[in-house]
Amino acid sequence: MKIEQYTPAEERLFYVLLALGGLVSAIGLAAAYYMEHFGHAVTGMTNQVFWGLPHVFGIFLIVAASGVLNVASIGSVFGKKVYKPRAPLSGLLAIIMLAAGLAIIMLDLGRADRVLIAATHVNLTSVFGWNMILYPVFFGLVGLYLWTLMDRRMNAYYKAAGFSAFIWRLVMTTGTGSIFGFVVARQAYQSAILAPMFIIMSFAWGLAVFLLVQRSMYSWNNMVLHPAVRQRLKNLLGTFIAAVLYFVIVYHLTNLYYAKQVAFEHFILVSGGIYPVLFWGGYVLLGTLLPLFLLYHPAIWKKSGAVSVAAALTIVGGLCQLYVFIIGGQAFPLEMFPGMEVTSSFFDGAIGTYVPSLPEILLSVGGLGIGFTLTVVGVRVLRFLPQDDLAMLTDAGYLHD
Amino acid sequence: MSERNQTEQDSGNGGASRRNFIGAVAAAGGLAAIAPGIHLVQVSQARPAGEGASKAVRWGMLIDTTKCASGCNDCVKACATENGINETVKDARQGSQWIRKIDIKEVKTGTTHSLPMMCQHCANPPCVDVCPTGASMKRADGIVLVDRHICIGCRYCMLACPYKARSFVHQALTEQNPEVPRGQGCVESCTFCVHRIDKGQQPACVETCTQAGHNAMLFGDLNDPNSEIARRVAQVTTTQVRADLKLDLGVRYQGI
Amino acid sequence: MPSTFRLAVAVFSAVAALVSSGAVAGESRVPKPAITIENPGKCVAPVDEMRRNHMDMLKHTRDKTMRDGVRGMKTSLNGCIECHASKKTGSVLGSNENFCQSCHAYAAVKLDCWDCHQPKAGYKATGTAPAGHASTAGAKP
Repeated sequence: MKIEQYTPAEERLFYVLLALGGLVSAIGLAAAYYMEHFGHAVTGMTNQVFWGLPHVFGIFLIVAASGVLNVASIGSVFGKKVYKPRAPLSGLLAIIMLAAGLAIIMLDLGRADRVLIAATHVNLTSVFGWNMILYPVFFGLVGLYLWTLMDRRMNAYYKAAGFSAFIWRLVMTTGTGSIFGFVVARQAYQSAILAPMFIIMSFAWGLAVFLLVQRSMYSWNNMVLHPAVRQRLKNLLGTFIAAVLYFVIVYHLTNLYYAKQVAFEHFILVSGGIYPVLFWGGYVLLGTLLPLFLLYHPAIWKKSGAVSVAAALTIVGGLCQLYVFIIGGQAFPLEMFPGMEVTSSFFDGAIGTYVPSLPEILLSVGGLGIGFTLTVVGVRVLRFLPQDDLAMLTDAGYLHD
Repeated sequence: MSERNQTEQDSGNGGASRRNFIGAVAAAGGLAAIAPGIHLVQVSQARPAGEGASKAVRWGMLIDTTKCASGCNDCVKACATENGINETVKDARQGSQWIRKIDIKEVKTGTTHSLPMMCQHCANPPCVDVCPTGASMKRADGIVLVDRHICIGCRYCMLACPYKARSFVHQALTEQNPEVPRGQGCVESCTFCVHRIDKGQQPACVETCTQAGHNAMLFGDLNDPNSEIARRVAQVTTTQVRADLKLDLGVRYQGI
Repeated sequence: MPSTFRLAVAVFSAVAALVSSGAVAGESRVPKPAITIENPGKCVAPVDEMRRNHMDMLKHTRDKTMRDGVRGMKTSLNGCIECHASKKTGSVLGSNENFCQSCHAYAAVKLDCWDCHQPKAGYKATGTAPAGHASTAGAKP
């Protein structure tokens, strides 16, 4: 196999991107150290809203990590040929995003220095405890899957490996959704629908991330995605976005039907200040309706950049959705005494306020930086550029003329 | 107090020495009574050195909200002194509160109650279920604790607790009491003053409430049918907060 | 081949020289810890055993006390502090002459106990809850 040499311009771009990603990552690590040193007093987190922006970004990356593997699974598990050249990039991104997401969550721990205890003392009744097993195995299975894809001697096993990774990613995202789904105390959570909802969210967010990475790689290589492939992928993204919307509607309708949940729904959807704004403006409008319009308008989707903008909006919408879900869910006070007005020195009965501080923001963005840096290095070293060839596309029935 | 000791069943060979020990503590510590006939502090089982917490015991608390005055903070202050919760925090929302007074008002009738709220020491504690490392734990005698040695500060227990009983320590601490270690980056909550219970004393809040003559808090072994708390719980209607969750609480309320 | 051999010998001797000189220099640079034993001969175990195993003893006690509720074990951390706190400062920490810090500074082993535990003997925290803990019902931060 002949390996193409990088041009000097490409070399320069690589090092610029590497430096940029490294800088953002380093600032994130410094912010984490600052938080660790002075304690969470320097964050906007409190005893009422104790999971903040780092958890929004961390959980987004972890969920999207599992979803981005979907592209590979469609090729290996469901036999769609057009997805097969994309499998290596999909697997690589899955590993990288999980690592970046975990990095944020772990650096935010009150005792990040003790993170190894999470591996040495595992409580098996804890959904977090399960995740301590789910995540490493995911790394292992996806790594194995990549090996079967890249090594000719291992090619025979790629279907088995791809299938295991696919099953495992469903289990893993069930675990992530259940972090909240199994919480009986709070009105925002305690719902079995959260596990499948997180899975479908992972499909949408993961594909959106994949499309953006693929688009960037293509433009750096002066390549254009074949329109037939582009259409397939954008339809898939649209389907996933719509499916997430369906789950969100069912989740809120269920809550609205239960009298005990109405006050919470009113808070999240109408009266809660930033949360309704992020829900309607961020998730519904920017993150769902606008991308659906861009993807399905017969003229617009064909324009250059339309699909990428839709993908980027999906990501923005996903972050808004998680912010409302995680932070709004904590801000709404616990209802200990139904039918009573409650006051205390500990802000019982009061809406929790949360404003992320700079270190939290830097840590969260730093996590994205870690993911970005690893991706830049990964795609350069491994040369995972997805390439379609016309014969394959014709064979797969994508080209009709 | 004597009543309790006389009827206490000797379990195993530790019984005799335990009774002697209780007698010694009662005599030396002046645990008896301020005036004849008034029991100031109920003697609980003090375990001899080397013996662990017993499964036969279920520590519990009964709070009579009819005797708990709005604005009275004696239990909260006693807790802070006993457990060294004395740090100044820049943002009150980041301060630890092991016990707090809650004022509740029925929206329809306007009836008000005041009550102390703290860790309810559930028999089925959600915090223990969700803790990834097993730092959240329930001791054999029903006391729910955080083992700070293996707490990584993930705050999942705070998400899971229906009572907002847990606090996260947001800053470095230096003024701890030797018997109550606590520090930055870990989650903490009411321990029922486990260090006092193990010495045969009452939790600080209960002792103070009783000494001040409020008598709104009663502490004891729910499993011992002869304990005052068990008898009271059997006689009067008590409430478990969020009883719908069926967590089987160690703390019961009366009068709400 | 001979040149390779000579090179290897040269490298080896250079490394050896560095290591030995470093060791000598190290001995003179870092003084041995000056440990003050306030109550000699009263320890729960002989000095050699304590030096090697105190961490395991403490960990064993910590788990027994914390998780099982066993009290009054002879190897409790508070027991160590009561006996070993400096008579000058009342603490096992604070300077490199104080008991815990002296050795741990010398051995460069981080102490994790004191993030939570009180290093002073007979310490009684005073003061009640600060303003933030008093009844501030309805108060906004």
